[in-house]
Amino acid sequence: MNPALARPYLAVLSARFSLMLQYRTAAWAGVATQFWFGAIRVMILAAFYASSTGKAPISLSQSITYVWLGQAFLAMLPWAADPDIANAANSGDVGYERLRPIDTYFLWFARALAWRIANTSLRAGPVFVLAAIGMPLLGLHKWAWQMPASTSAAVLFVVSIGLTALLSSAMTVILNVVVTALKTVRAAALSMSLVNLFSGLIIPLALMPGWAQPFLFWQPFAGLADIPYRIYFGNLSGTHALEGLAAQALWIVLIGLGGRAWLARVIARIDMQGS
Amino acid sequence: MTGLALYGRYILVSLRSEMLYPTSFLFRLVSQFLVTVIEFAGLWALFARFNHIGGWKFGEVAVFYAVASIAFAIADGLSRGFDVVGPLFVKTGNFDRILLRPRSTALQITGHDFALSSAGRLTQGVLAGVVAVSILKPEWGVFQILLLLWGIAGGASLFFALKVFEGTLSFWTVQGLEVANTLTYGGEAAAQYPLDIYASWFRKFLIYFVPIACSLYFPVALVLGRSTIAPWLAALAPATGFVFLAIGLAGWRAGIAHYTSTGS
Amino acid sequence: MAQITVEDLSKRYTIAQRDPGIAGALRGLFHRRTREIIALDRVSFSLEHGELLGFIGPNGAGKSTTIKILSGILRPSGGRCTVDGRVPWVERIAHVARIGVVFGQRTQLWWDLPIVESFELLRDIYRVPEADYKRSRDQLVDMLKISALLDVPLRQLSLGQRMRCEIASALLHSPSILFLDEPTIGLDAVSKLAVRDFVKMLNRERGVTVILTTHDMHDIEALAKRVIIIGNGKLLKDSSFEAMRDEVLGERRLIVEFAEDIGAIGFDGATEKHREGRSVEFAFDPARMPAHVLINAIASHHAVADIRVEDPKIEEVIARFYALHGAVES
Repeated sequence: MNPALARPYLAVLSARFSLMLQYRTAAWAGVATQFWFGAIRVMILAAFYASSTGKAPISLSQSITYVWLGQAFLAMLPWAADPDIANAANSGDVGYERLRPIDTYFLWFARALAWRIANTSLRAGPVFVLAAIGMPLLGLHKWAWQMPASTSAAVLFVVSIGLTALLSSAMTVILNVVVTALKTVRAAALSMSLVNLFSGLIIPLALMPGWAQPFLFWQPFAGLADIPYRIYFGNLSGTHALEGLAAQALWIVLIGLGGRAWLARVIARIDMQGS
Repeated sequence: MTGLALYGRYILVSLRSEMLYPTSFLFRLVSQFLVTVIEFAGLWALFARFNHIGGWKFGEVAVFYAVASIAFAIADGLSRGFDVVGPLFVKTGNFDRILLRPRSTALQITGHDFALSSAGRLTQGVLAGVVAVSILKPEWGVFQILLLLWGIAGGASLFFALKVFEGTLSFWTVQGLEVANTLTYGGEAAAQYPLDIYASWFRKFLIYFVPIACSLYFPVALVLGRSTIAPWLAALAPATGFVFLAIGLAGWRAGIAHYTSTGS
Repeated sequence: MAQITVEDLSKRYTIAQRDPGIAGALRGLFHRRTREIIALDRVSFSLEHGELLGFIGPNGAGKSTTIKILSGILRPSGGRCTVDGRVPWVERIAHVARIGVVFGQRTQLWWDLPIVESFELLRDIYRVPEADYKRSRDQLVDMLKISALLDVPLRQLSLGQRMRCEIASALLHSPSILFLDEPTIGLDAVSKLAVRDFVKMLNRERGVTVILTTHDMHDIEALAKRVIIIGNGKLLKDSSFEAMRDEVLGERRLIVEFAEDIGAIGFDGATEKHREGRSVEFAFDPARMPAHVLINAIASHHAVADIRVEDPKIEEVIARFYALHGAVES
């Protein structure tokens, strides 16, 4: 691939980083928020585990690690459409996107990817430092973010998170298309809840009722959080881990192609009507 | 026109703006209903797996959940203006126009955007309440109902005060502050469960520093017959929410003084 | 008793500085640098009831700062100011209830609402009695010719239409002072004339005190008997427009269309400014050489096809003034 082709997309990534670093207070405050929510979830889960008898599919310490992973990689999830695109849709300026000599789908995809990666890198580091290093140092080892189950788990986790980034970007582009098609930014609320619940952020999917597990594994949102995190602490290993990666890849392709086709239709309409 | 009447007018304006886009409005209403169901389903799933938490059963926790959601929904619906005062008004300089009107700035900001979307959370709270009552079949009298409402009022005041605080901070940083969001959304998330399941440092924080527990835990625990403090204390506690509101508004006035000194 | 008095008004700002690039941004996370800006430096003037003042100066000179202080939304760092006996930023609500402000590039009307509903909301905000509101509204609608626009939401109006509605909205509560900040910016020629005529009428016939900030010198020429020029935060000039013009550029222009090709020609008291083909533009000082003398001198020596006399363009006058006083954009 010609490196020059990547330049506009790299420029997008760099611009996003710069923008984020400008808001320093927001950056620090964001870390505090993540830590707070993580702490609440951890305490709630701990209280549940303490009260119950019998075995749960994942242990408390695994649940806790799950929560911390969720907070660290929170920004990776497709929470909303790209705000610039949403604004353009609102004011009818989307036609101008077509003036740029790049494929619109890949431009939006690159923007989404840049956004997710930039936002996550800023948050993941401090959360990791606090939850994986700071807490054990304070003697709070039980509540801390544990290390990966094994080296192979760690490697597979990195691959899986990479797939999560792609999956999330594909979903973000879908949100962009929805926002452009409906000319309003308010479509987000429903998608946020769906993402919240079915990715496992509200409660780890493994803790949901047993009869729902196969469905929960193969639905598209699982790849956003549940699959990589379970790989991390070894709940999904060996062939199961590969199944998880396959599920993620499958949805990336399906949602990517679907998004591309839908975008083409919406763009055709824009080209015809001017907005 | 009095302040309250003006506020009513603002609400109507907001609603009309929303109704101008009927498909979008309908879409949101439907999605809010589904949101309601989904989030509550998450709670239910946890109880399906673990039967109780810290000695509290599903029905009881549903009462806490309901009270927290309703209090937050009321505050949220009223305080959207403070959410956006930074990016929409301070950063753009449009706050000048607010100052050029012969009305309280807090009133104008409150009236800026009445968020219909908070109705979704309100329904969620009511739904949880209905579920709770149908499970517990409690024998509540007027005193208990009033106490719950009083707790909701105190909680709403506190959440509103936190939002005002967030808006006030935007005069200094011109970038929406997640710190206050931590306390509002985080406070609601924490208050959805009974306080005694949390670690003691956290409990103290929620009682003495940001006294959410005073409105959303102690009165409710009293109503459920499991209060750990003297009843009169539990009944009085929600007043802290109103104290916070007074502090929040005083801070807002300081923020205005700063804005008028530094300009836009 | 003057309606507006300003004494030694000063304003200082401290702003943060950020280094460029990613390294600079990272440093900015931990440490802040600041510098001080003097926006206003002991400005003093006063205004009587019913005056129309033109407020001009380069960008960043301090015009907006002065307007903001006068309207009560900004506090000065030093000096005193009273409007109708009140200190604007101290008695904010009482003060703003009696003034109207129009910002050229921003609107106070609600985006989605029909204009008349915005008016009604403003009526409630300003607590205008119903009868007064109706009278005021009907007059303004009639004078600004916006009756067809009343049921249209703001977002569907053109810029010229929006400005007329905006001006009407600022006057619904019958203020005694009107601040206009760049009211004609971006407007087409017809709308500009409409706005100017209206403001003139408002001031001359209704006695509304008007303070007008603008970059469009034709606004000044059409409306302002008195101008104040602000540069680098200082008050540079406070006089009638003619007096300023005469002081800065006591010269006129003679444009001659010669009937034949002509080489360089010189006249005592006239300098050649510009030449294009057979058309030559001379600058001359009418105090030293009256126009008719110069015309005679040229026509008696050369064949002339056409002659006209002009005053220098206003932009030139102002630019020259700024240059004379070292007033630069900041």
